[in-house]
Amino acid sequence: MSDLSQLESSILSDISAAADEAAVEAIRVGALGKKGSISGELAKLGSMSPEERKSFGPAINGLRDRVTAALAERKNVLADAALDARLKAEAVDVTLPVRPSGVEAGRIHPVSQVTEEIAAIFADLGFAIAEGPDVEDDEHNFTALNFPVGHPAREMHDTFFFAPDANGERKVLRTHTSPVQIRTMRAKEPPIRVICPGRTYRNDSDQTHTPMFHQVEGLVIDKSANLGNLKWILEEFAKAFFEVPNVEMRMRPSFFPFTEPSMEVDIRCNRQGSEIRFGEGDDWMEILGCGMVHANVLKNCGLDPDVYQGFAWGMGIDRLAMLKYGMPDLRAFFEADVRWLEHYGFRPLDLPSLIGGLSS
Amino acid sequence: MKFSLSWLKEHLKTDASLAVVTDTLTKVGLEVEAVEDRAKQLAPFITAKVVEAAQHPNADKLRVLKIDQGDGTPVQVVCGAPNARAGMIGVFAREGTTIPANGLVLKAGEIRGQASQGMMVSEREMGLSDEHNGIIEMPDGTPIGQPFAPLMGLDDPVIEIAVTPNRPDCLGVSGVARDLAAAEIGDLVSPKPQPVKGTYPCPVTVTLDLDPDLAPAFALRLVRGVKNGPSPEWLQKKLRDVGLRPINALVDVTNFLTVDRARPLHVFDAAKVAGNLVVRRAKAGEQLFALDGKTYALDESMLVIADDKGVESLAGIMGGESTGCTDTTTDVLIESALWDALTIARTGRALGVHSDARHRFERGVDPDFTVPGLELATQLILDLCGGEPSEVVLAGEIPDGRRAIEFPISEVKRLTGLELHPAEIKLTLQRLGFSVSGQGDVLKVAAPSWRPDVHGKADLVEEVVRIVGLDKVMSTPLPKSENITRAVLTPLQKRARIGRRTLAARGLVEAVTWSFVSKAKAEAFGGGKPELALSNPIAADLSDMRPSLLPGLIAAAQKNADRGFPESALFELGQIFLGEGPTDQRIAAAVVRRGTPRHWSGAHAPDAFDAKADALALLASLGLPAERVQTVPGGPAWFHPGRSGTLQLGPQNVFGHFGELHPRVLKELGADGPVIAMEIVLDNLPEPKAKATKAKPALDASGLQPVSRDFAFLVERGVKAADLLKAVLQTDRKLITGADVFDIYEGKGVPEGHKSVAVAVTLQPREKTLTDTEIDAVSAKIVAAVAKATGATLRG
Repeated sequence: MSDLSQLESSILSDISAAADEAAVEAIRVGALGKKGSISGELAKLGSMSPEERKSFGPAINGLRDRVTAALAERKNVLADAALDARLKAEAVDVTLPVRPSGVEAGRIHPVSQVTEEIAAIFADLGFAIAEGPDVEDDEHNFTALNFPVGHPAREMHDTFFFAPDANGERKVLRTHTSPVQIRTMRAKEPPIRVICPGRTYRNDSDQTHTPMFHQVEGLVIDKSANLGNLKWILEEFAKAFFEVPNVEMRMRPSFFPFTEPSMEVDIRCNRQGSEIRFGEGDDWMEILGCGMVHANVLKNCGLDPDVYQGFAWGMGIDRLAMLKYGMPDLRAFFEADVRWLEHYGFRPLDLPSLIGGLSS
Repeated sequence: MKFSLSWLKEHLKTDASLAVVTDTLTKVGLEVEAVEDRAKQLAPFITAKVVEAAQHPNADKLRVLKIDQGDGTPVQVVCGAPNARAGMIGVFAREGTTIPANGLVLKAGEIRGQASQGMMVSEREMGLSDEHNGIIEMPDGTPIGQPFAPLMGLDDPVIEIAVTPNRPDCLGVSGVARDLAAAEIGDLVSPKPQPVKGTYPCPVTVTLDLDPDLAPAFALRLVRGVKNGPSPEWLQKKLRDVGLRPINALVDVTNFLTVDRARPLHVFDAAKVAGNLVVRRAKAGEQLFALDGKTYALDESMLVIADDKGVESLAGIMGGESTGCTDTTTDVLIESALWDALTIARTGRALGVHSDARHRFERGVDPDFTVPGLELATQLILDLCGGEPSEVVLAGEIPDGRRAIEFPISEVKRLTGLELHPAEIKLTLQRLGFSVSGQGDVLKVAAPSWRPDVHGKADLVEEVVRIVGLDKVMSTPLPKSENITRAVLTPLQKRARIGRRTLAARGLVEAVTWSFVSKAKAEAFGGGKPELALSNPIAADLSDMRPSLLPGLIAAAQKNADRGFPESALFELGQIFLGEGPTDQRIAAAVVRRGTPRHWSGAHAPDAFDAKADALALLASLGLPAERVQTVPGGPAWFHPGRSGTLQLGPQNVFGHFGELHPRVLKELGADGPVIAMEIVLDNLPEPKAKATKAKPALDASGLQPVSRDFAFLVERGVKAADLLKAVLQTDRKLITGADVFDIYEGKGVPEGHKSVAVAVTLQPREKTLTDTEIDAVSAKIVAAVAKATGATLRG
């Protein structure tokens, strides 16, 4: 018996001294392997008398089980230590910067964003979106819109012209999005509710004018649309767009050849330095021109002005962007300076919607 | 259009305050652009007496003044004006006052050791004139301590309004007053012109030698024995207030009536006119040395007034210098004529002359006021210069421009929603000078002669609502439209929207660049057609409509690099122009990447494959997965021939290109390379197919594990990976569900001119697990197919 206990203490002390898994394995082979010390003791069982076996059997089996358990435990301890050591060695400097992801670095231009904001609002009011070409003929850009040939009203538009064709007619770059009104009315039976966003051009350049800019036109034609409806639409739009609970709107009589009566619309605002707040203050900010579609325009589109009626309005998208988001200079919109685009641009997933709010 | 408040009040009897007047102007559509209220600006300047003027102890040219400003405690002021002397009354500004001429705020201080607590001002410092030889001297007996402006008649506010082109009647103060009277803030009291009886026939006759539409009427009269010279102060002040320079009484009268009544007139020095006057078209080669000191070359499209010597005046625009009135004029011919608006506009535009006369004639001058205007001018000239008037000669006849309009009262409600009493509608129109007759629902309305803009019912509605007030129009919800679920965007609009977000989500920054580029750039990118070149570009480098988004983006990227930001990843989504027709415009999306962002994990210079990835990501987001898109090597001339590709669904259906840009093209554009780019024309993508159901087909996912086998093929360098992969996939379309290149190798162990292409092939068993024999059989088929298609051998 004392041999066995001596063997046990010797093996167990070897196990606890084993420095790595290989050493543990060597001990296992030395004790439990085919020629191991414990295996050798176990082999003696076969030649023992039943009496001897009765006492020796449990002792040697117990020894074998304890050693097996000790080996497994030591193995676990060593494996954990080895893993800890490996993980320690694998440490990285997590403060190192990562490459920016696309959704972080990308930007949507304010003109695109604001156009989508406007579309979201008018889609909710049941408007479709119509488009037309930038290179227009004189008829769509002026004549059909009731600009008499040679009238000073044409001169108010600093028009870009192309060279005259064989018939002496020269195409123009559209000076407003209003020709899309004409194209829409000629293509579709009323009722019509469309907005027409797009690029427009005038031969003019200063801090608030660029030779290219963006407008959105609105058009409603049916058998009853009147000025009161126009006022409502514009108020709803202004509230939704500027994201304020109330706007006070002022209509002033004005003149556009294609509307009669014609109005310009101001909204009440508060100007403090470069910041403008709507729905408060004592100042007025002009935001758009509008009016009832002129009888001549309806006639030019084959609509009977005694049956059909409606209204139209036009406003500058870039200007609306400036008013809402505070860009000071229109020219910067088209300079593609990445600093400006990163600063004033919108993140790729800033999707304007009425459920999520126009701006986030 | 500018006028002073006192001028307005000569036509409008009113007690309304300036604020009410300006608010009403804006309300009726005469938008107030500016109000110059000098009384307010000059309020801090008060009259003060110099009680003592002593020589400055330390400066020869300065004096130390004691100023009494009426409060009994004199203040000390150091002054350099030569006329500063004891006893004089001048104009004093305390410390803290802003000097109008230079915007400086006065501070108390010391001038060479003497305290100075304000300033005695000159006319120039007050912004009144250029006079700066001394300080302002007020007449003896002027009360002290009074605001200076009212004493000098400077308390008359000047109002500037924007007059829309449809309202020529409001280019005269009387017309403005009429609108205000209609809006019920006063009574219209414009003096009525009285005929002045001529005492002898006008010795000069007028012949209208042209189409009567061009010059319907021409009235003329002589006033002889006038004494010309500076006009009286009241007239000069009026003209100065509105920014006109007084010249002499005869000329000032015409300028006055131009502003007062929107009636341009012209005066000839009769002594300088040879023979009779003829109104005719100019002849090519004729010239006029005009009153603005410039010589104008005329042609047949222009109308002139000529005498026996030749052209003396450019009709409706400007008179000639040679017959102009001067201080020595004794006999004056006064002209009041009517001209065709369009002809005046064209002539003015062609010659680049902007005159007050042209401004009014091209918008429309009241025909009925032709002779009354002449009478008014005659009376004023008689009052100011004396003389003896001839009878009036009138060549041609005054056209009757009155248009009768049938006006159903219900139109007001129909167009505006505004419910007004018929009497109010009638009265409003009458106050504006419309004649209204008829009873009941439909009125007969005739527009006054000064309203060429009124033609139809809607015009009358506008007249009524602008006077009654647009604020009375009630905001009324527009009824909900039907079909709420229909798509608002067209497929192309949807694609533009999604495309934009997809590209931005790849880290690209959206730019919006000009629709026009230089001719050279347009030509370099396949454009430059003459029909897309602007006749009047705003700048030489913005002359041609862009055929591609790339030149604009490349320039933008280069500009950013020049600013110190060499790495850019830009995109644009917008219109390009293939022709001038309405269907020749396309929507394209383009990407430009340049510069290598450095990073500790390794720098990656953008290459053709980044451009391809941008393109394929865009296409996939628009419903065109990469496996459907064919990539063909090579692209248009602006791409690197060996590092570019064309994306298509067959040769007839090309929608875009990607790759590295051609170094020669970049050089032409002044851009540093390498720059990679892609451009896709969204219109060219196939329309999504309309499907019978929105439901997707059931998912076909096998329960058996897929098997992957790798092959290394040795092929000639020119063999396209796409062909190799296609051969693999076509070997067994059911079993082979994927093939991807995972390595390309050239170099040691691979023969010269060859490459090794390593392909991972995925086999997806359907019914039972594949045996090794089956896998070997498929592998052999794959190797054979690839060998047949590309000449590949399996790398040992």
